[in-house]
Amino acid sequence: MKKTEGCGCGNSASVEKLKVPASGVSILGSMDKAPSCGTKTTACPAQVYEKPGYRLCSYVDKFITTDAGPVPIIKSRLQKDDLFATFFVRCGIGRHSYTVAPGLYGIGNPDKNSEVLVTANFKLTFDHLRKELSGIHAWILVLDTKGVNVWCAAGKGTFSTGELVKRIKTVSLEKVVNHKRVILPQLGATGVSAREVKKLSGFRVIYGPVRAKDIPAFLKNDKTADKPMRQVTFSLYERFILTPVEIRIVLKPALIFVLVLFILSGFGPGIFSFSGALERGLLSFYALATGIISGAFVTPVLLPYIPSRHFALKGIISGSIFAGLLLLLSASDIPGISGSLALFFFSVTVSSYLAMNFTGATPFTSPSGVEKEMKRYIPVQLAGLVISSGLWIYSAF
Amino acid sequence: MKELRYLDEVSTLVLDREKCVGCGLCTEVCPQAVFEMRGNKAEIVDFNACMECGACVNNCPSEAISVSPGVG
Repeated sequence: MKKTEGCGCGNSASVEKLKVPASGVSILGSMDKAPSCGTKTTACPAQVYEKPGYRLCSYVDKFITTDAGPVPIIKSRLQKDDLFATFFVRCGIGRHSYTVAPGLYGIGNPDKNSEVLVTANFKLTFDHLRKELSGIHAWILVLDTKGVNVWCAAGKGTFSTGELVKRIKTVSLEKVVNHKRVILPQLGATGVSAREVKKLSGFRVIYGPVRAKDIPAFLKNDKTADKPMRQVTFSLYERFILTPVEIRIVLKPALIFVLVLFILSGFGPGIFSFSGALERGLLSFYALATGIISGAFVTPVLLPYIPSRHFALKGIISGSIFAGLLLLLSASDIPGISGSLALFFFSVTVSSYLAMNFTGATPFTSPSGVEKEMKRYIPVQLAGLVISSGLWIYSAF
Repeated sequence: MKELRYLDEVSTLVLDREKCVGCGLCTEVCPQAVFEMRGNKAEIVDFNACMECGACVNNCPSEAISVSPGVG
């Protein structure tokens, strides 16, 4: 559930302090395999730049020398290992430690007049940016956002005025470029005051477009963004890609729920019956799974097509349809009306709660709105839980 | 966003047009196109699209804008 920040990035604010090597190299042992260079004798970046105890990051092409020391030049093309890692992170695996070292990078052939693009040190963000920059010559200043994307980090205060000013100083940006401007992703504005940055560092902040894919057009257009470039979207694909993490987050609490459900299902005329626990437990498990699919997958994906602006109510609507289908499919196994009602209410409640939870992952819900919605629907969901448990135990007798 | 709207009349966004100096930065940083420039001053043209992200508040040079969503 979203509270103060602009997106639902969970509680990664508590991510432990990362050991940060110089940008472009990682301490040996922190990566599980060597960059694949083949066995050719032609100069491969890893062979040229490797030092004892260090290993070159696979996205680094070469290093160039600047007045502030060597700076890694990164590739704009994503490789197989980037895409594999993206897949796992999108599934919620290892996403809290998927980082690049903060600091200065370059792309193309940047020189003293090249623009400086600022970004976050979440590797997904970093990859997303560089893949849009082929043919562009620019510097990339990566802030330490503890592995969180720009918008979430801006809401949490790690993509901030203080971090930007500090990073400009630690990389000696004034020695690398002979202008005084940095381009920030527009969504970073939630954490940054352009005026303060200017006052504290001398660098002028220019807010670029929301999406990295618009950067080439933005640069070509004399660093101005048109209206569509300034607005967030939430397309079917953008909603779909978030759902694996939504489901993954719910798996652990769901497991505890399953245990409780099986115990609850064992109560009956003979006080407790293991065969009852198994048979009826399985039915309640189906109801739980149906609620999860409806609330954490179907409702997010079909968001604009489900009536109501309240996410909790959207979850109730979609949950009712799916719970109804479940009852139809397993009608012969369900004991009586009260049992059916118990499963229906339980499934709908789970769907409603998870749909409400999705407010934290969307780019258009206000914290005040979420608060209003929670005040209204949490009591409804609690009632649903109590009533369905009561009916479920009652139905066994 | 046109196709996806959240609850109406809940945002705590306030713009003091008296204090506005007309720099237009709020129209630049707002991801929901809440503001437009009208006659050298910013104006709220889509109040209900506001998601209280605070980008405008942070960047307004004359403290003409505020949002105050409840704690956590």
